[in-house]
This record gives sequence, C-alpha cells and structure tokens, in this order.
Amino acid sequence: MRQLKFKPKSRIREFVGEKLISVNAYAALIVTLLIFIFVFKEAIPIFTDSIIQEEAAPDKMVFKQQFYEGREAKWSWQPTSDVPKYSLMPLFIGTLKAAIIAMLFAVPLGVGAAIYSSEFAPKRLREIIKPAIEMLAAIPSVVLGFFALMILATFLQNVLGLTFRLNALNAGIALGLAVIPIVFTIAEDAMTSVPRALRDAATALGANTWQVSLTTVLPAAIPGIAAGIVLGFGRAVGETMIVLMASGNAAIVSASFLDSVRTFSATIAAELAEVVFGGTHYTVLFFIGSLLFVFTFLINLTGDFFLVRLKEKMQGRTT
Amino acid sequence: MRTILTIAVMLTLLAGILLAGTTITIKGSDTLVRLGQRWAEEYMKKNKDVVIQVSGGGSGTGIAALLNGSTDICEASRDMKEKEYKLAEKKGIKPYRVSVALDGIAVFLHKANPVTELSFAQLKGIYTGAITNWKEIGGKDTRIILYGRENNSGTYAFFKKKVLNKEDYSEYTQTLPGTAAVVNAVSKDKHGIGYGGIAWAKGVKYAAVRKSDSTAAISPSVETVSDGTYPISRDLYWFFNGVPTGELKKLLNWALSEEGQKLAAESDYVPLPKERALANMVP
Repeated sequence: MRQLKFKPKSRIREFVGEKLISVNAYAALIVTLLIFIFVFKEAIPIFTDSIIQEEAAPDKMVFKQQFYEGREAKWSWQPTSDVPKYSLMPLFIGTLKAAIIAMLFAVPLGVGAAIYSSEFAPKRLREIIKPAIEMLAAIPSVVLGFFALMILATFLQNVLGLTFRLNALNAGIALGLAVIPIVFTIAEDAMTSVPRALRDAATALGANTWQVSLTTVLPAAIPGIAAGIVLGFGRAVGETMIVLMASGNAAIVSASFLDSVRTFSATIAAELAEVVFGGTHYTVLFFIGSLLFVFTFLINLTGDFFLVRLKEKMQGRTT
Repeated sequence: MRTILTIAVMLTLLAGILLAGTTITIKGSDTLVRLGQRWAEEYMKKNKDVVIQVSGGGSGTGIAALLNGSTDICEASRDMKEKEYKLAEKKGIKPYRVSVALDGIAVFLHKANPVTELSFAQLKGIYTGAITNWKEIGGKDTRIILYGRENNSGTYAFFKKKVLNKEDYSEYTQTLPGTAAVVNAVSKDKHGIGYGGIAWAKGVKYAAVRKSDSTAAISPSVETVSDGTYPISRDLYWFFNGVPTGELKKLLNWALSEEGQKLAAESDYVPLPKERALANMVP
C-alpha cells in the first residue's frame, strides 16, 4: 500500500491553492458590490441635485403631473421632449403587465411539467423531458424575442383579432418561454428531493400515485415550487431583449393586457446609448437601473429563503 | 523576441502614420457617418498619403468637437444652434457650413391601405394622437396603429421638429429600433403607419405628403428630395473651421464632385442636385 506523504512544501501549496480559490469566490461578491455602488452612485443626483430635481424629483416620477397649463395632469414618459417628462408609472405598469402574463403562462406549464416529470414519467422519458425543457433556458433571449416579433405576434393577432400587434400578451408569452425552465428545474428538483420514506409511507397506507403526488409530495415541496416561481418572476422583470423586441415599447398607462407596453429594462436598453452623460435623462435611467437591482435582489433573497425552508423541511427540521 | 517584434511593428505603424503626411479627422452625425466612411475609404484609395479617421457620436458631439478644435470636419444632420454659434465666436472658431448630401423621411403605409396622401396637419394629428381612426382621413373605420423610432434617434427628432412642431408623440406610438424594424412592422400591420429613411421601403408603400392644403402631394423619391419638392427632407452638413484650404478643400470638392455624389447615392443617401453641388465647392 502506498503511503500518502505530506511534506511541509505541499502544505504551503495547499495554503496558496486554498487562498486562490477563495479569491475567486470573493471576486464575484466584490464585482456585484462594485456594480451596485456604481449604479447607485449615478442615480444619487435624483435626491441631491436641485437642477435634476426640477424635472425628475421622486414625487414627480410617481404621481400624475400637469405638464402644460390648461391640460389635464397625467403620467407621461417623454424624456427627450421640450418639456421632459419622466413619469415612471407607465414603465412600472408595463413591466408588471409583461411579468404577470409571463407568470400566468409559465407557472402552470412549469409546475405541471415538473409534477409529471418527477412523479409520473417513466425514468427513460424523464431523462429526455428534463434536459429538453432546460434547453429552453439555453435559447438566447434575442432569438425568443425575434420569434415573438415575427411569428407569435402575427399568430396572436390573427387568432384573437388584436388591435395592437405587439403587446403585453405577446411579450409576456415569449417571456414565459424564458421563465418556464427556471420554474420547472427548481420545482422538479424540489419534488424529486422529497424523501423516499414519505412516499413509501403514503403508498403503504394505500394511496395511489395521484394521491401520493398531490397529498404528500406536492405539499412537502411547496417551498421549492415557491422558490421557482419567485426566481422566475425575477427573471421576467429583469429580462430585456425579449420585451424590447416583442412589446411595442409604447409607454401607456392602461389596464388592458392587449395594449403595447414599455418596461424598465427595455427603456434602459433603448435609451442609455445616446443620453448626455450626467444629465437628467442619464440619471433617471440609472435610477431605474437601481430600482431593478434592488427589486431583483429582494426577489432572489425571497427565493433563497424558500429554498432554505425546503432543505430544512426535507431534513425533518420543520417546526 | 516578442518584445522586439512588437516594437518593430509599432515603429512601422508609427512611421506609416508619420510618412502619410496629412491626417484628417471627421466626427459627428450618426446619420452621416456611413457616408463619411465610404467617402474616406474611396478618397484614401486615391490619395495614399492621406489618412482620414471617421467617427460618429451624433451631431451634437461633432459640433462640440469642432468647437474644441479636436476635429477637422464636423458632420451634422442639423444646423448649429444659436448657442453653439455664440460659443464658436467666443472660442475664435469660424464655422463654415456646406451641404454635402440630402436626406428624406418617408411615411410608410401598409400596401392595402386605401389612403394614399397625407398633409402635414393630418400627420401631426395622427402622430400626436388627435386623429386615431383611419376613417377621419379617408380610410377604413379602424384604429391607426403608430410606429416610430426610439427617442434617441435623429430621425425621431427630425420628424418631431418638422412635422409635429415639437409636440410630443402620442403615448401609443410603438417605438422600434431602426427604420428596417419600422418598415417590417408596417408591412405586417394593415392599419399601421411609420416613418423612416426613403431608401428602406420594401413591402410597404409611401404616402405622398403635402405641406398644406393648397400645395400638391409629393411622393418621396430621390428626385423629389433632390429638387426640394418633397417637404420632409433635410440637408446633411459638413462644418469646417473657416473656409477649408489644402487637403480639406480637396476632400470637400471631391465629395461634392460627380464621383463623390454617386457614392452618396450608392450608399442610400440622396445626392445634391448638380448645380447645388457645384455651387457648394470651394474655389
């Protein structure tokens, strides 16, 4: 038998190796932090610069404004107008509309596919379904956007007789395609990680496959499914290219999901390239970026919270 | 060994630049940058001792560069503002403006749309949201679907200034990246209307445009933009500091020559009418 030898030299190597690896881990953290600081720094003038505040103080971005005398107050996003208008409400509503449609489309499909794949599908079929759905995540979003712009939009308009060819529904469904793999993967993993003992116990008590999956596995995996939904929502809010191409980008305040929408992320993508550095428009776009950052950060935090709950539950430490 | 090679390469490059003699920088309008590059390529082929560097950034950027003395030629799709002329005077810069090409903005309609011509007043009504149904302007009883460009585009700004009298676009205007996307959207939308450069229309039809009710409606084409009868058109300028001399003068006169203007037409710009091009040359 060969003896393992630890010479002092290899200890030094080990030490260096360990430090190198830890640097990698910290690097990601530091980069995130630096991006966070950079984005926020550029948005700060919203709260401090009096010239910028004249056009884009936080209250002006939230509430209806009367931009011209004698005309009614309204929300309006017209940043390059002679009277620049920076209401964030149309963009907020647009972002929400697209994300809601995406979730309505993706959650039933994603969770349903997860239940089928983990509980009902024969093992061999499962090995095809899972990677196939996860492949959806590998499709570049610009391709999904292009598909929605050229094919899906025409199809929806012809079938539903829509006034606006590019609208929240169209963008939302395309977004949903990007969200499905997230919901599916996390939900499926949660369900397959439900301990064998739970299933066996249910089966021993006479439950059939349906009863086992709906009354035992699904409730046990709820935190995992919730995490999938929450993280999927985060993706739907932050995704840029699909909505930029498929939503029509009109900043409208309305209740209809069949109107065009303009989202936060698409607005940044479309406008940041040519704004005056340090100007009001620039600052407002960075403010929007900060909002998105905080929002997705909170969403991911919530998702992680659910995942930790799931782990605890599976290990029987739930209270 | 590698260091020596690198140094050798850099020296050669440096020598190349030094020996080339004249370096001309052109900066400004994103509308014009493609033409500027085309001209520069051709000119450098003919004059091996001249190096021309062309970059975009927008008319404002180009004008700022001219005022700072960091560019020889400024390309602009608009005239300088009064503020900028004053600033130039303060800095001792004498802007010399020359039209080098023309640009027309067409209004696109779906091929099946019965509407064939639109007045400025109607266009303004349509794009500000005052007119929302095709019925109001002689079409079918359906809603007008507006397509336009993103708010950082020069075409967006020009159309807004010229046709909308600087009023805001309707919030229902769907904004798309690039004229090609607008044309594509209108070609797929029976009730759509869009605007963009005149060389782009494939699968859509042009609306003839009249400036007022008393004038004739003119269809956009290279000819009508070139002779100035089509109302939504603009001059594209080169600005120099003072009347150009030497190599700059040679370059300008070449760009305005038949050969230069032919290149403009090939790159989808509208060439200047011959007399205007001749008149713009510096003797």
